[in-house]
Amino acid sequence: MDFAYLSLVGVYSAMAVYTVALFAFSWDLAKRSAAKPVPVMAGGGREAEAPAAPSTWGPFQRIGLTLLVLGWIIHLLATIGRGIAGNRVPWANMFEFGLTSTMLIVAVFLGTLFWKDLGYLGAYITGFVLLALGVVTVNFYVDVTPLPPALQSAWLVIHVFVASLATAFFALGAALSVLQLVRARYEVKQMAKARIMNTLPGSTVMESLAYRLNVVGFVMWSFTLIAGAIWAERAWGRYWGWDVKEVWTFIIWVLFAGYIHARATRGWRGSRAAWLAIIGFGAVIFNYTVVNIAFTGLHSYSGL
Amino acid sequence: MEPLRPSDYDDGAPERPIQQPALGVAGFGRFMWRQLTSMRTALILLLLLALAAIPGSLVPQRSSDPNGVVQFRRDDPELFEILDTLQLFDTFTSVWFSSIYLLLFISLVGCILPRTSHHLKALTSPPPATPSRLERLEHYRTVTVEGSPEDLLRTAEDTLRKNGYRVIVDQNSVSGERGYLRETANLVFHFALVGILLGLALGTGFKYQGQRVLVEGQTFTNQLTSYDSFNPGRFFTDSSLEPYSLTLNSFTPTYQFDFTSGFANPLDFVADMTLSDANGARDVELRVNQPLDHEGTSVYLLGNGFAPWITVYSPDGDVVFSQPVAFLPQDSNLTSLGVVKIPDGLPSQLGMIGFFYPSAVALETGALTSVYPEPDQPVLTLNIFRGDLGLDEGIPRNVYSLDTDALTQLTGGDTGRDSLVMGLGERVDLPSGLGSVEFTELRRFVSFDVHRDPTQLPVAISSALIMVGLIVTLFVTRRRAWIKITPGTKGESTVEFAGLARGEDPGLAKGLDDLVEAFSQSTKSRLKGK
Repeated sequence: MDFAYLSLVGVYSAMAVYTVALFAFSWDLAKRSAAKPVPVMAGGGREAEAPAAPSTWGPFQRIGLTLLVLGWIIHLLATIGRGIAGNRVPWANMFEFGLTSTMLIVAVFLGTLFWKDLGYLGAYITGFVLLALGVVTVNFYVDVTPLPPALQSAWLVIHVFVASLATAFFALGAALSVLQLVRARYEVKQMAKARIMNTLPGSTVMESLAYRLNVVGFVMWSFTLIAGAIWAERAWGRYWGWDVKEVWTFIIWVLFAGYIHARATRGWRGSRAAWLAIIGFGAVIFNYTVVNIAFTGLHSYSGL
Repeated sequence: MEPLRPSDYDDGAPERPIQQPALGVAGFGRFMWRQLTSMRTALILLLLLALAAIPGSLVPQRSSDPNGVVQFRRDDPELFEILDTLQLFDTFTSVWFSSIYLLLFISLVGCILPRTSHHLKALTSPPPATPSRLERLEHYRTVTVEGSPEDLLRTAEDTLRKNGYRVIVDQNSVSGERGYLRETANLVFHFALVGILLGLALGTGFKYQGQRVLVEGQTFTNQLTSYDSFNPGRFFTDSSLEPYSLTLNSFTPTYQFDFTSGFANPLDFVADMTLSDANGARDVELRVNQPLDHEGTSVYLLGNGFAPWITVYSPDGDVVFSQPVAFLPQDSNLTSLGVVKIPDGLPSQLGMIGFFYPSAVALETGALTSVYPEPDQPVLTLNIFRGDLGLDEGIPRNVYSLDTDALTQLTGGDTGRDSLVMGLGERVDLPSGLGSVEFTELRRFVSFDVHRDPTQLPVAISSALIMVGLIVTLFVTRRRAWIKITPGTKGESTVEFAGLARGEDPGLAKGLDDLVEAFSQSTKSRLKGK
């Protein structure tokens, strides 16, 4: 059986299902905007934590979630199929890394729903994953090739997988940080027409959720960096050599270290710290796209 | 005791009033020191560090991409001068980058040293006394239970202890604090960062790193003269080189031809070597990702290619040159470029620039190209240059390049004569009756690095501590809890529970509920037991 072909069919099928899911989530957001305003628990004070159970989910949100789960299962099968086709882990070039990372973003999102009601992120997550998966499949697709000797290492499994998992947590954290900033503006200005805002948790609640996701991402990123250094020592003879990818991994680590400190610094807690988390995630995307494609370095495994 | 933090530390609690000290000279010094060790300064330095690292990825670095730097200089000499003055080609050792991280680490040490001594005190002091009015705290529960106040107090003490609190009985209440590990791990994390910096600094002094190209059949001895290039640390001495030798017996690559793309994908590179030291000789295999670790050094297989054995004869037929010449690969099908220099033995000095094609195919233009990285149709072509090679002036010359400016080209290019072309074992005449040249034999070479870095282990330990410290400090919560027993009139008592977050603590409410539950359970079982 041609698993590479089946995998690609799976990727396109998952994208189709995600597209419908995106419509459903967007419809839900549109309905929220039209809903009658409810009293806002704005700014200051202590606010209740977002509840874990999605008890107040609207019908379109439920449809969106069902489709997202369905799309994710197809996405997961496509990723596994790609791995079978290559007889190795499915994250050895840019396309595969993108395929696995987007799958993990959805997985982490679905996982967090057991923990907190983050349903309002559905449209963002679905939209982001759909866009990323589309770009990766259209622009970065390469045929399955055997692993070059430089990648034949157990560290490929560990280092790259944890990096993509960290990316997934940062993606969710950044989404919450963006909403936190928007909501914080709303809380100050009380924009009358932005009814949709009333359906979101308060900015301090979202700030706290974003922080918790981002620190998980930070721990994983630290591990990625250290595991990468160990691998670099085995493969290239030095554990740190300021290769462009190493430089950007370091920059991202320092940015999120800055974020964690900013959150504990008077005058920076809140909006400024949120900006740092967003810039940090921007750097993660930059590291994956521009650094891989435009910069020459030792991590030239994009296959492009 | 509270963990000690810089004055602008924000744990989400309401702001404290600002205390403005009167500034003398000492006061000003203290003020500056506080500024340097404040959260804000650390944060700004962190962001500056991230910013300052960016040029290191935009401009080629001498440390990681020396050829890129040479190329940059050739392409744009004027811009090169400007950027070089700004140390942009040495970003990570530049004055500005070093200043940022040194200030950051001074700030860090200035922050964690007082915090450490403060934390050591906290570890040996009892939890704080119980506040007089617990109900004012945000997290507060109260239950009414039967039992003697003494028993209840003991139960309260047990409950807190079992939940990991350090406790002290304060009159009719128990005061507890837990999560000291959070601060301990935080300090461990930051000290480990300092450990990494020290490891890196010491490493540059004590490590060495050398490169060598070795052709099949040749032997490398670990001594200074055997290296093609060598980068010692400041404290390196010749005696630091461990005495051993490596012979390359053979090099075997494995390729898989991809019919869709038309490319050969490498699957494996194996160098069969013999390692000899005081203990005798043994065979070893060197692979990519599998360096050879021996006597504190590591040997890494980094490159490979072909080394055609070239023999040059004088017009009289005497051998004036006969050795394998490493040709550097130019593409994935191993079209390779090499240089031969013949300073002596011929009527004039000769230089040769050659291409080697392992699987040669002629293009429509007549030019050759290689279509596969294995030697299925090996062809060697040579362009001959005549003139002073500049080898007699005592200036070191790169063996892999030939400066043709002062030389006269005899074959190829615009000379009107074809380049010399040889299959394996063929011998052709040099132009102008200078003699002849033979492609005698085909061998392979490997390039490897030998490294020694005694600080690798301390840095690895520091990295492990960073991970442990980070996970513990981010996921352990520092928390205070109090249980207060107030006896009522009819044999029952009111039990108050209160909790206070010390820093990030999203689970406090649930934690307090759990305490109430655990306390109630053990009171019940105690009553049943009676």
